[in-house]
Amino acid sequence: MNLHGPPGLGRPAHVIDPAAAPAGVALARAQAPQGRMESIVDLIGNTPLVRLRAIEADCLGVELWAKCEFSNPGGSVKDRAALRIIRDALARGDLKAGMRLIDSTSGNTGIAYSMVGAALGVPITLVLPENVSAPRKQVSRAFGTELVFSDPMEGSDGAIVHARRVVDENPGIYYYPNQYANDSNWLAHYHGTGPEIWAQTQGRVTHFVTGVGTSGTIIGTARRLHELGDVQCIAVQPDDAMHGLEGLKHIPSSIVPPIYDETVPDETLWMPTEEGWDMAERLAKHEALFVGHSAGANVAGALRIGKRLASAGQTGVVVTVLCDRGDRYFAPLRWEKHYVW
Amino acid sequence: MATVRIPTPLRKFTQGKDEVSIVGTNVRELLANLEAAHPGIREKICDEGGAVRRFVNVFVADEDIRFLDNLDTAVKDADEVSIVPAIAGGR
Repeated sequence: MNLHGPPGLGRPAHVIDPAAAPAGVALARAQAPQGRMESIVDLIGNTPLVRLRAIEADCLGVELWAKCEFSNPGGSVKDRAALRIIRDALARGDLKAGMRLIDSTSGNTGIAYSMVGAALGVPITLVLPENVSAPRKQVSRAFGTELVFSDPMEGSDGAIVHARRVVDENPGIYYYPNQYANDSNWLAHYHGTGPEIWAQTQGRVTHFVTGVGTSGTIIGTARRLHELGDVQCIAVQPDDAMHGLEGLKHIPSSIVPPIYDETVPDETLWMPTEEGWDMAERLAKHEALFVGHSAGANVAGALRIGKRLASAGQTGVVVTVLCDRGDRYFAPLRWEKHYVW
Repeated sequence: MATVRIPTPLRKFTQGKDEVSIVGTNVRELLANLEAAHPGIREKICDEGGAVRRFVNVFVADEDIRFLDNLDTAVKDADEVSIVPAIAGGR
């Protein structure tokens, strides 16, 4: 499957069918030696699916598999949405030459926008809460992105409000894709993650489990998997407004993302921060997968489903998502006292 | 009285207020008095053993109490104490 057409400002492409790259491009790609790419963005998507053999020992008879989204070139699942959002905006003409893309993000989307923006020549401005972990800020800046900080006490909702104000005060300067309300976000998963999981499990997937952030991953993937087969799609949310699962949203206490459709997930699991953090540690030690806390929460959710099936004497193929790597969350060293998370 | 800054997810315990004034000579006392004034808030900040939860940061005058004396960190009148989740939700 080819998710991506050619890069470049103003080139028409893929609003309806992102797989439809012009014939010449497809031919060039077919003839290119394996592993050779025209652009870094061609490496986005088609991530490996890895089996979690050690975790599976807790739910005998059930297979646990995880999509390695950290294999995307920007290091996270958010590369998919960022590429689709920017491509679609260029194709529609919403994002024109000379304009900056601005969005609110607590990290991974910002890095993804920064990487895709640098690759496609689109300047990026990000509004993020000041308590986002320092490595994320540094990575975005490395791509030439401009950072604007919002009040850490107001969280991601405060960043959304701040971004809207910047856009309103500077008409014509910014394109504000608003990942929480942008259909390109979930469509990236509808056309990418969903069919990839179906193909990689050869249609054997019975359950899909993933956390809700913007809800793009769960909504897009679940919509596609529901069409492809009898797949239970389960959302994971933090169990409380006050939580430490970076990237995930406690919807009942948040501005509800307009793309979130509560009728799509078949079920929601409420995840304590500690359960997600402990699973992230276990994944590193026992699966050699050093992943972030949201990935930990996803696998913890997948294991809950696996245990439920196993205790009912059922089999299953449970697929979840490893959103990013753990090194994006390194805590400051003890002598680095004046850090901001 | 110290000024305690309350993050958005905990403002349901403080009638929506983003700052409250609380008495206490150290963080332990301050949190006990915060709980007395706003019942239910402490279990969101501390675990069953009374320690500050791993994903919550408490700052006294801009210093993380983990780098000071933890719950025994002294609080002076007019100090600003901030309770900040280690992360911000959304991606």
